[in-house]
Amino acid sequence: MTSWVLVMPIAVPFLAAVAAFLWRANPAGRMISLGGSVLTLMASIALMVAVLDEGVIAAQMSNWDAPFGITLVADYLSAVMVVITAITGLATAIYAMGEIPEATERLGFHALFQTLIAGVTGAFLTGDLFNLYVWFEVMLIASFSLLVIGGGKERLDAGIKYVALNLVSTLIFLSGIGLLYGITGTLNLADMREGVANAENQGLVTVIAMMFMVGFGVKAAVFPLFFWLPASYHTPYFAISAVFAGLLTKVGVYALMRMFTLVFVGDVGFTHEILIWVSLLTMFTGVIGAAAQTDFRKILSFHIISQIGYMTLGLALFTPLALMGGVFYLVHHIIVKANLFFVAGLAKQYAGHTDLDRIGGLYKSAPLLAALFIIPAFSLAGFPPLSGFWAKYLIVKAALEIDAWFVAFVSLLVGLLTIYSMTKIWGLAFWKPHPDGIDPTPDRAPPQVTRAMLTPIAGLAAMTIIIGFFPEPFVQFAETAATQLLDPTAYVDAVLGGTP
Amino acid sequence: MNSVIFTAAARLLVALMFVFSLFMLLRGHHLPGGGFIGGLIGAVSFIVYSLACGPAEARKALRISPEVIAMLGLGIALLAGMFSFIVGYPLFTGQWLWVGGDSYETAAFSLNTVLVFDIGVYLVVLGGILSLTYAFEEET
Amino acid sequence: MEALTAIVIGTLTAASVYLMLARNFMRFLFGLVLLSNAVNLTIFASGRMTKGHPALVPYGEDAPLGVVGNALPQALVLTAIVIGFGLLAFTLALAFEGYRRMRSVDTDKMRFAEPKEDAQK
Repeated sequence: MTSWVLVMPIAVPFLAAVAAFLWRANPAGRMISLGGSVLTLMASIALMVAVLDEGVIAAQMSNWDAPFGITLVADYLSAVMVVITAITGLATAIYAMGEIPEATERLGFHALFQTLIAGVTGAFLTGDLFNLYVWFEVMLIASFSLLVIGGGKERLDAGIKYVALNLVSTLIFLSGIGLLYGITGTLNLADMREGVANAENQGLVTVIAMMFMVGFGVKAAVFPLFFWLPASYHTPYFAISAVFAGLLTKVGVYALMRMFTLVFVGDVGFTHEILIWVSLLTMFTGVIGAAAQTDFRKILSFHIISQIGYMTLGLALFTPLALMGGVFYLVHHIIVKANLFFVAGLAKQYAGHTDLDRIGGLYKSAPLLAALFIIPAFSLAGFPPLSGFWAKYLIVKAALEIDAWFVAFVSLLVGLLTIYSMTKIWGLAFWKPHPDGIDPTPDRAPPQVTRAMLTPIAGLAAMTIIIGFFPEPFVQFAETAATQLLDPTAYVDAVLGGTP
Repeated sequence: MNSVIFTAAARLLVALMFVFSLFMLLRGHHLPGGGFIGGLIGAVSFIVYSLACGPAEARKALRISPEVIAMLGLGIALLAGMFSFIVGYPLFTGQWLWVGGDSYETAAFSLNTVLVFDIGVYLVVLGGILSLTYAFEEET
Repeated sequence: MEALTAIVIGTLTAASVYLMLARNFMRFLFGLVLLSNAVNLTIFASGRMTKGHPALVPYGEDAPLGVVGNALPQALVLTAIVIGFGLLAFTLALAFEGYRRMRSVDTDKMRFAEPKEDAQK
């Protein structure tokens, strides 16, 4: 029966997608989407409980034994990612009720959204490389459609660039899979670990590792490959850009973490050294790019890039503490980032624009929103005692532990520059009077819209505070996750059942 | 396209191809064939029809919108895969109900989830391809 | 046979990169098609090229007779082709819609999501 614990977080959103498409007329589709998200959350919590109970769990689909069939597997990292995906999905489903217009709903918005969640969850749970590619594609095709849904020149322009670059990265990833299959003769990740370790031509393995780094790097938006992200994330509906910002790039980071702890560990000195420099440059260019922007969502988009750097840095340093920080960062960041995009959406509802030069005065007219902005914004910048502080603290401590002074210095510097951007948004959108001399009032949005949009913001802010004030269980969890990543014996045994 | 010969031939051709697609779907159970190729052939038959009589007419011939067909197919395939939940096997494990016997050799015929899954695939492919081609044809 | 396949893959990749460097989005798309074919060939070749029969079990037997080709890469390539086909159709529709709205397939002229600084206000 354990196998169904693994299947349900993927199957439920898929079924919800089918139902939401067949009954996509308002309000049935909406309710199905909301119900599906609640059920997905329950299924993912059941998965989390099972993982906490039994450690790494694995299931063979269709009852085919491990290296031949498709395996679903969940260790601590997968489980927490699935839970956080479900939480973000539920928050977005609530938020979408306020924001997404009926015409868009009738085009099948909810079905696409649920498919996206299914794709993301599938990518987190699969233990098979080709299956990972398939989940990436499920996720991508849903994200393509969500990005351009609703139409308009801006969205089409952004969509074309997003689609083009993501397709290229997918093809690089796919050819990497082909070559790796050629070397190891297997697609099962656990089996592949052994195959790669025993491969004759280790040089070729490193080349393939670089192909994976580029392929996943585009998805994760790391340094030289991130330019599609700020070109597209500020155009779709806010609910969609929030779920993209929260989840999609993190799938890339997750895939990097999985591949570079499980499979490509033969030449850590080379691959992970590159990752360190990539991470540092990602952090720095992201935060500098954000400083140059004046649009609410463009600033946030560049900050996604800068924060991705911290996560990959956790992987690149490759010590238990650093990986622990990376996992903690991943979880904290998804909550905070999605929340900031939600806030941006509500700010636009109130003040009429996302360009910071053309709005203002939100502090006076919407103090609740201002308070709810402060929490994720300061968490992002790393103020104690919010969740971001602990995440940054772990990474910096890990860097100091191995005497990587420069790495620690850049991490702290980027944190400082993040504060600059957040205070810029605070000053321009909330403190400064509105340039048109009007008071942006909450009356501009109907009360049910405000309610639907405020609920997820408040919920996610509460989670940020909880993680901030009671970091102990989360840190311990991240520690176990990092241990499992660095020593994947349990993972391999769970997948292959102890037999060679 | 306004050709009398093509329109007349299309009626015959469409019916033949559609029946052939169903044949391919059922044949795929033990021999090369299956839901995917069957769905493709079925889609081609409707595409031929829409070339002969126009997409509006072809949509009418299909009765249900192709998007709904595709989504229904996805639902059927998923539910067929999840049927094994009842008997406690992992997802997509095939389940057979032998009629008039207890194995492949002795049974008169068998009901199984694999065929249901294939029917789902057939519908997904048919619906997916048709929704694409109809959309493109209506644009031009 | 391997050498010939390698040359074909290389040529396809080179041609696709050349096409993808163009400003014209349609040329980029054609490049993408070529690249996905190159990738599919790579997967196919990495399953080893053997002369053999299709991997089918004859009626009444337990295992295929004689030398059979590796069926897994074929399944992978088929999946990749189908997915690639779907994505290509979507991208084509996107390009068409983009052309209708923006009256251009020149990616340099598509500056609606990121307008030039001086044209902003």
